Amino acid sequence: MGEKKLMKGNEAIAEAAIRAGCRYFFGYPITPQNEIPAYMSRRLPEEGGVFLQAESEVAASNMVYGAAGAGARVMTSSSSPGISLKAEGISYIAAAELPCVIVNMMRGGPGLGGIEPSQSDYFQATKGMAHGNFHLLVMAPSSVQEGVDLMSQAFDLADKYRGPVMLLGDGMIGQMMEPVEFPEKIDPTELPPKEWATDGARGREKNVINSLYLDPDVLENLNWKLQEKYEQMQREDVKYEEYHMEDAVVAVIAYGTAARIALDAVQAAREDGIRVGLIRPITLFPFPEQVIARASAQVDAFLTTELSTGQMVEDVRLAVKGRTPVFFHGRPGGNMLTPEELLEEIKKIRGEVQ
Amino acid sequence: MKQDKLKEVAGYPDSMSGRDMHYCPGCTQGIIHRLIGEVIDELKIKEETIGIAPVGCAVLAYDYFDIDMQEASHGRAPAVATGIKRVHPDKMVFTYQGDGDLASIGTAEIIHAANRGEKITTVFVNNAIYGMTGGQMAPTTLLGQKTKTTPRGRSSEETGNPLKVSEMLSMLDGAAYIVRVSTHDLENINKTKQAIKKAFKVQQQGLGFALVEVLSTCPTNWGLSPRQAMEWLEKNMIPEFPPRVFCAPEGVDEL
Ligand SMILES: Cc1ncc(C[n+]2csc(CCOP(=O)(O)OP(=O)(O)O)c2C)c(N)n1
Repeated sequence: MGEKKLMKGNEAIAEAAIRAGCRYFFGYPITPQNEIPAYMSRRLPEEGGVFLQAESEVAASNMVYGAAGAGARVMTSSSSPGISLKAEGISYIAAAELPCVIVNMMRGGPGLGGIEPSQSDYFQATKGMAHGNFHLLVMAPSSVQEGVDLMSQAFDLADKYRGPVMLLGDGMIGQMMEPVEFPEKIDPTELPPKEWATDGARGREKNVINSLYLDPDVLENLNWKLQEKYEQMQREDVKYEEYHMEDAVVAVIAYGTAARIALDAVQAAREDGIRVGLIRPITLFPFPEQVIARASAQVDAFLTTELSTGQMVEDVRLAVKGRTPVFFHGRPGGNMLTPEELLEEIKKIRGEVQ
Repeated sequence: MKQDKLKEVAGYPDSMSGRDMHYCPGCTQGIIHRLIGEVIDELKIKEETIGIAPVGCAVLAYDYFDIDMQEASHGRAPAVATGIKRVHPDKMVFTYQGDGDLASIGTAEIIHAANRGEKITTVFVNNAIYGMTGGQMAPTTLLGQKTKTTPRGRSSEETGNPLKVSEMLSMLDGAAYIVRVSTHDLENINKTKQAIKKAFKVQQQGLGFALVEVLSTCPTNWGLSPRQAMEWLEKNMIPEFPPRVFCAPEGVDEL
């Protein structure tokens, strides 16, 4: 670890990717993530890497497919409407089992939406990215430092599961400045070789990167193999944080930017003598369903809060299985939630369940 | 032993797998594959070439070549090739694409790969129809040509005119070598091979983007016999898509 630097989220996450050995970036401009491609266009050539502004997000995600299939540590970044276009490439990347990292700094939708922070793409990120039975491993930082830390692990996780990993932030995480410390740089040439990559069949059998399986048995097997990876993620790579849960009778559940606001509300509620805690999922897929299931035996109510009209709350309800009431309070993005309105909500729920 | 005297005069190129191909009788895709295989052998680049198969009838091309291959999504082969080439600038990268793939859904990708002067080679198979999905109109379908989705014949008023990909791309500064060839007879097949070889050499020498448009047949979806299809190509496609060199780097003839 080096000294602390004050950096914008987008730039810090870009630097963390370079330190994690990423040398290739393909992207297309969109607010609020433009600092990532700008930073990469400056830094990657210094590191002997390649930055390329693609003609569209469709092209960018297919460039990532090509580069990942060629064995490189590669990434792209975008924001909501751009991720919709990248979905094509991402489905092929998942099917061909290629490691890569995708950053999504969400903005309000649907359609062109707005450019302010939002969490309205939780469904897209964790469930319905594109056609086919697949998931990305999705991690949601709630601070710039956490963005750096998660980015440092993202490429290793992509390699571990041979699949796409998404860092899911929003305009707030991308745009705000916070002090950060970076890990040491790794040398990508020292990473274990990818024997399956297409880099010219020199003295070996040919390699094929593909997602076409006309034989139904082979296709079915691929699907079950992907499923097995997702189960392994659930066993080995769930990340979350708990605050004040020891004696909590109400649990707030929030991720990313909403979790920062929720924590303020939780602290204010504690000052008012309400025993409330916070569970903050860091991986959204795999979802920390076990910790929530356990908490359902302890608390009288859950309050899920999101910058959306209610998306993650469905996973909370699935984990709680009807054992405990689950409330929702959110705003669809653009306009921010305030700790004050959450505190009101917590008090209301406390009254209702008592 | 008698066999010692036998000399092989023809066989599969080393860079091909020798697997049976699924192409229809009279379709020239198999010929075009073979020409690519021969060129890869002659240039001795089997171990440094990465091919990209398209979505279309040639979707299984990765089975027929004995080299590293990637299968792209529909129309995106030039983007996939860009990703590979940027990671391995010292390797040879080629895309193999049909006219629906390259000239319809993938127009943005091919234009920008060409405009960037991406050092890749594209073999563009123009058969004036969507073969794999059962014979729908392609951007290259001729006026008056009947297809599944132009049952009264293609009309320019409704669907525009046959798209001239080579003419268009040759306007771009990044395009180093753009040529159109045909496969309807032996003489033209030989010219096709020479063009493919040059297109690979242009890449080898880092001169820029190279594309060979190859006029090809689709007897099944044209509703013709193999022989009639060759004749149809010569009579109808050649006037609309005249074979010629549209642009070439200086000294290309010595390549
Ligand atoms: C995104 C997407 N849209 C449509 C298809 C269906 N599709 C498969 S092949 C094809 C047409 C290919 O035509 P062409 O490129 O002319 O190649 P040919 O089959 O004639 O060789 C289409 C539309 C697809 N696979 N993916």
